[in-house]
Amino acid sequence: MTDVLVCIKRVPDVAGEVLLTPDAQAIDARFVGFTVSAHENCAVELAVRIAAATGGTATVLTLGPEAAVEQLRAALAVGCAAAVHIDADPLGFGPADVVREIAAVVETHAAEGRTHDLVLLGNDAADTGDFQVGVRLAYALGRPVVNGVRTVEVDGGVVTARGDGPDGVETFAVPLPAVVTVLEGGVEPRYPSVVGRMKAKKIPIETVAPRHEPRGAGRVRLTLPPAQPSTVEVLGSGPDAAPSVVDLLQRLGVTR
Amino acid sequence: MILTVVQTDAGGATEVSLEAVTFARALAKRTLGPVHALVVGPLPDGLVDQLAGHGVVEVHHATGDAFSAYGGAVWAAAVQAVVAAADADAVVAPGTPRGLEVMAHLAARLDVPMAANVVGLGEDDGGDDGGALRVVRQVMGGAALEEMLLPRRPAVLTVAGHAVEAEQVPPVSATVTEFSPEVAEADLVTRVVSTEPAEPDLSGALTSARVVVGAGRGAGGAAGFGDVAELAELLGGALGVSRVVTSMGWRPHHEQIGQTGSRISPDLYIACGISGAIQHWAGCASSKTILAVNTDENAPMVTKATYAVIGDMHEVVPAINAEIRRRRG
Repeated sequence: MTDVLVCIKRVPDVAGEVLLTPDAQAIDARFVGFTVSAHENCAVELAVRIAAATGGTATVLTLGPEAAVEQLRAALAVGCAAAVHIDADPLGFGPADVVREIAAVVETHAAEGRTHDLVLLGNDAADTGDFQVGVRLAYALGRPVVNGVRTVEVDGGVVTARGDGPDGVETFAVPLPAVVTVLEGGVEPRYPSVVGRMKAKKIPIETVAPRHEPRGAGRVRLTLPPAQPSTVEVLGSGPDAAPSVVDLLQRLGVTR
Repeated sequence: MILTVVQTDAGGATEVSLEAVTFARALAKRTLGPVHALVVGPLPDGLVDQLAGHGVVEVHHATGDAFSAYGGAVWAAAVQAVVAAADADAVVAPGTPRGLEVMAHLAARLDVPMAANVVGLGEDDGGDDGGALRVVRQVMGGAALEEMLLPRRPAVLTVAGHAVEAEQVPPVSATVTEFSPEVAEADLVTRVVSTEPAEPDLSGALTSARVVVGAGRGAGGAAGFGDVAELAELLGGALGVSRVVTSMGWRPHHEQIGQTGSRISPDLYIACGISGAIQHWAGCASSKTILAVNTDENAPMVTKATYAVIGDMHEVVPAINAEIRRRRG
């Protein structure tokens, strides 16, 4: 039986132009929505599947503002059975700070008899792109870690995980307890059912305060890459542009 | 000393590794120290000369059974041994999945911060950084940049792919030091157990193709990829798609280009019916030439492209295919 802990992060849902706050410390999210990254949606899906396959449960965790409860509820709606909210402004928390807080929750739960023998995270957060929380968490908990995999299975105390390496699909097999970070693409995250949403509303969320003073992320300021003036050469409109396109293809040497 | 972790393939150092070495030289100018490299596992022929041609004066070569298969922790153990023995001011790795993983292990083991996907060194703005190294790195998938301080030695960072161009220097004389670091049992656990060669037609074809034809939401549905697939075939290229296409289930994930898909750098990328969200741009920005086909002349894909055709891909692409066939007779 596995009680999988899956860690997610509320991030701005930015697809187009990015705006910064006046103090240049954060993305101005007034005009965008919030989401969790595709990697983390897959991690949640894997957590729910592993829980079902092992007769265990999945617990979702986030460190974020009060509004991040929205992302926890979304994970509860697709099958997580419990949620932990570390109530804090993530801006002041560097990767090592986030790790200390997650580790504290894992240790507290263990002392209460809830062992999270498998912790899943996304490969990297979509906003800060630090690529290190999973690895640091493994060291904090004294566990092995596998990174950037697309599928994760648990069988008899061993986690088998597969992901793409430079020479093909790589398989890892590590003993539990372990930490695994997930890349998008191995599983299709399910959509919440109406019943799932209703159920999610009734699950109490365990809210905890940070246990440690954060050391910070080392951020001086954010900047936007200089806007590149468009230098596009329009070859034409509609099917009539085909001869100009093929002229171009010939000039580039990709067709004769 | 600046230590650069170098990844190799049959041809020697990978291009992104040479970019990391070039970045390390810029860093070494500030610290007034030499650039060293670490190679783990087999040492390809000619690698030492190649690295010397990029300014590396000493190559640390980690050998031993522990390195017979890749593992983030065992590689980090090798890096840590060099850092301890040779007193590195900074450790630099390419911003590849492995480079990022090994640096994360190293930073955790040394309890120092790590900066992922650095694109440059920060300008000194007169503020007191307390001796910290100021770097600029990509965040938000490249949509924004962050100036970040790395206050503790060694500074641990990865260099974003194609952020700097690999540059040769007049060759220096490089020495090679072989060593076999002790690796703890716990570090051996997370090595690769087995590798199955990727099916040749999967994403490998996409990332190595000279020409990529991409299609996005404008394809309209699973049946809307016939013309772009034909164009890819006519040009001997590969088909790629945007994220919306895979999340709608129109095409398989291994064809996805972007932040959470493949990163491509072909000579020509023909992007059809793709608006050009930042996440997609992150995967195709390294293309030498981009031709966008889109109904919206203000779509980011069009304004950032080298060339554009304004129109419906379902009308434009068949006309291009017909014109190619006509000229080939």
